[in-house]
Amino acid sequence: MIKLVIDGKPVEAEEGANLVEAAGENGVYIPTLCYLKGEPCIGTCRVCSVRVNGNVTAACSVTVDDGMEVDVDEPEVADMRRALVEALFAEGNHNCPSCEKSGRCELQAVGYETGMVVSRFPYRYPPRDRDVGARHLWLERDRCIFCQRCVEHIRDRTSGHKIFSINGRGSRARIEIDVELADQMPPEQVREAMDICPVGCILEKRVGFDVPMGQRKFEVQTHRERATEGTSNE
Amino acid sequence: MSSSIQSILHRYGSDRTRLLDVLWDVQDEFGYIPDDAVRELASGLNTTALDIRETASFYHFFRDRPSGRYTLYLSNTVIAKMKGFDAVSKALQAETGACFGGVDSTGTFGLEQTSCIGLSDQEPAMLVDKVVFTRLTPEKVVDIIARLRQGETPEQIANPGGLPPQALDYVDALVESNIHQAGPVFFDRGTRVREVLERWLGRNPDELILAATESRLRGRGGAGFSVGLKWRLCRESDADTRYVICNADEGEPGTFKDRVLLTRSPLQVFAGMTIAAHATAAREGIVYLRAEYFYLKAYLEAQLQLLRDEGLLGRDILGRGLDFDIRIQMGAGAYICGDESALIESCEGKRGTPRLKPPFPVYQGYLGKPTAVCNVETFATVTRVMELGASWFEGLGTKDSCGTRLLSISGDCARPGIYEIEWGVTLNHVLALVGARNARAVQLSGPSGECLSVEKDGHRKFCYSDLSCNGSMMIFDYSRDLLGVVRDFMQFFVDESCGICTPCRSGNEDLLRKIDLFMAGKARPSDIDDLQSWGRIIQRTSRCGLGGTSPKPILTTLGKFPELFEAADHPAHDTLLPSFDHVQAFSAYDRAHAALDKERS
Repeated sequence: MIKLVIDGKPVEAEEGANLVEAAGENGVYIPTLCYLKGEPCIGTCRVCSVRVNGNVTAACSVTVDDGMEVDVDEPEVADMRRALVEALFAEGNHNCPSCEKSGRCELQAVGYETGMVVSRFPYRYPPRDRDVGARHLWLERDRCIFCQRCVEHIRDRTSGHKIFSINGRGSRARIEIDVELADQMPPEQVREAMDICPVGCILEKRVGFDVPMGQRKFEVQTHRERATEGTSNE
Repeated sequence: MSSSIQSILHRYGSDRTRLLDVLWDVQDEFGYIPDDAVRELASGLNTTALDIRETASFYHFFRDRPSGRYTLYLSNTVIAKMKGFDAVSKALQAETGACFGGVDSTGTFGLEQTSCIGLSDQEPAMLVDKVVFTRLTPEKVVDIIARLRQGETPEQIANPGGLPPQALDYVDALVESNIHQAGPVFFDRGTRVREVLERWLGRNPDELILAATESRLRGRGGAGFSVGLKWRLCRESDADTRYVICNADEGEPGTFKDRVLLTRSPLQVFAGMTIAAHATAAREGIVYLRAEYFYLKAYLEAQLQLLRDEGLLGRDILGRGLDFDIRIQMGAGAYICGDESALIESCEGKRGTPRLKPPFPVYQGYLGKPTAVCNVETFATVTRVMELGASWFEGLGTKDSCGTRLLSISGDCARPGIYEIEWGVTLNHVLALVGARNARAVQLSGPSGECLSVEKDGHRKFCYSDLSCNGSMMIFDYSRDLLGVVRDFMQFFVDESCGICTPCRSGNEDLLRKIDLFMAGKARPSDIDDLQSWGRIIQRTSRCGLGGTSPKPILTTLGKFPELFEAADHPAHDTLLPSFDHVQAFSAYDRAHAALDKERS
């Protein structure tokens, strides 16, 4: 075990542990969106930004070190995290009340946790095309936050090829789906793809709204509780 | 199609990591990258068509649809706009019959704009496919287009003497070098490459690392990392092989020194790579050359062959047992590939997305092996340091900043071009040197650097602790619209953000829209606060240096020229929220009605 300081409080963590996990185990919540426990860090959303030894860093990309000083609750860096969540809301088209992922959407859950009320950035209302070409699932790109979890973690089980990929660069980039490979996905992988999507972009066809409101994932247990009580957020 | 695709794949051993080369060859063959070709590449490279597109769509010189027999890329850098861009772009559209972003009706000319192509000393400039034309005027455009229509090739027009592209004369026929001040490190006389290699390749690599460390040479790419330390870390990394990469992706707007170094002193650069290879125990080297410099490729390859023929490159160099060879990797249009980890990804045939660090490339770089990436200028300096000695080099410049610095000077001055200065000279000194008489502002180190006020900063010194310049220096006089310059730079970052992280992808667009409010006179005082706080968020939370620096045009200009933003204190509109244009907002109703009526009828 090594010793570090989080928000002025000395804590212990396992050597080599990821900072998000080490903080969670000590009861300190760090919001995350692209991070998945146990998977290699992809570091795209930056919503887990904290101060490490004075410098702002994405916590998911940090391995804890002896003597490390971490600030999570410090107001400026907390505001940065909130700003990034707001930016994601302003960048796409997110209508929680009509979204089938509401209540189990990580963006929504993290929005609550970071204290977001309304986006400080102008809403863009970008026109985005949905893709319904695959047999078992579809892409509602209005809600994509470009975290790339699907690109990195969902692969064809025989060839290892990507099922989801990126096209374009910068703010014009979008997620594509390989229809041929997607149509060969077994049902549990289709469900995995939908669950791995932190928002309501990847959706399974024909099973919408299958969990009643009030019983959905983050309604039963919040994002914060899951991160600090060792329950998976995936 | 099949046989040509197969032969392209064969050329690169069906190696997925050579995808950029493969895509270039496909585009050269078909004029763009067709879907059929992509499907065939996918099966030949054991991947999917969308995976190929994932890489191709990252680079703006790769085209996914036909773009005419010739594709013309006009540089739209801020310097070009000061030197006649508008007239040239109008002439191009009139003569070709194409609009920017499209192709003319006969399918002959595709017209595009592109960011700085490394010719700020001779703008306006454009690429016609891979050939470059400089100092454009409307008359020149009329002539070029007419001759292309008559069947002359771009090469024939740019190089009427019919010189072979391997020759230095060919490069000189296309572009000027414009070296106005040579100094002790570069250009004053040829470095004796053979002598340097003979002296150092027989020695223990530790001696080389020591010499580099003692000279206190720091990387010239911008970060200023100690070259000796980089080599030592790379050498000490446990691995079966290592790589040396020369970063020639000179993409920072306003800089063109690497273009001139590669033109005038390529052997000095390659020898520096060979010395680095001996120091780090690398066997292979790569020059990552930006696509905008395609016209240098044949020449550089001939220079590499020259070294091989003389036994200074390849197997058992000079009989000293060192095997080291260099290949040229062409980029395909992405500023972000100037970041060393993005550059490495690109060399591996992938999107140029910066990697998460750690691990740093000296531990895990190209193909996962320890890799020493240095800039063109750094390698050229290495050779000179090894020729004349660490103590000679250390004696140049100032105590903390040793040696000299190449400046690419452009904008409002009498003599734009290349200047070698010793560290320690002042901004005013350089401005007098280049004949900048009425200078108001200087953008130092490109958009990612800082805006300086000549009045306030003229006495400041070029050195790592003060004006630590990466080589780009753009000068603006009192007639220029500085806010327009800031807007241009922000547009550049919006276009060049790779999009992988939220703050850079989203935030730069927000900053751009804010600047538009100021330019339209619709900003209010709180917009200045937003610029500062949003800029800070982007700088602090972005994944790489692009977002880490992209708000700087705004933040540093705001610091030096607050009066430019003062309009916000006196909004033109007497409304609560000047950015809200009620006339425009209500017109949406009429537009929607008109559209509906059209649909119904």
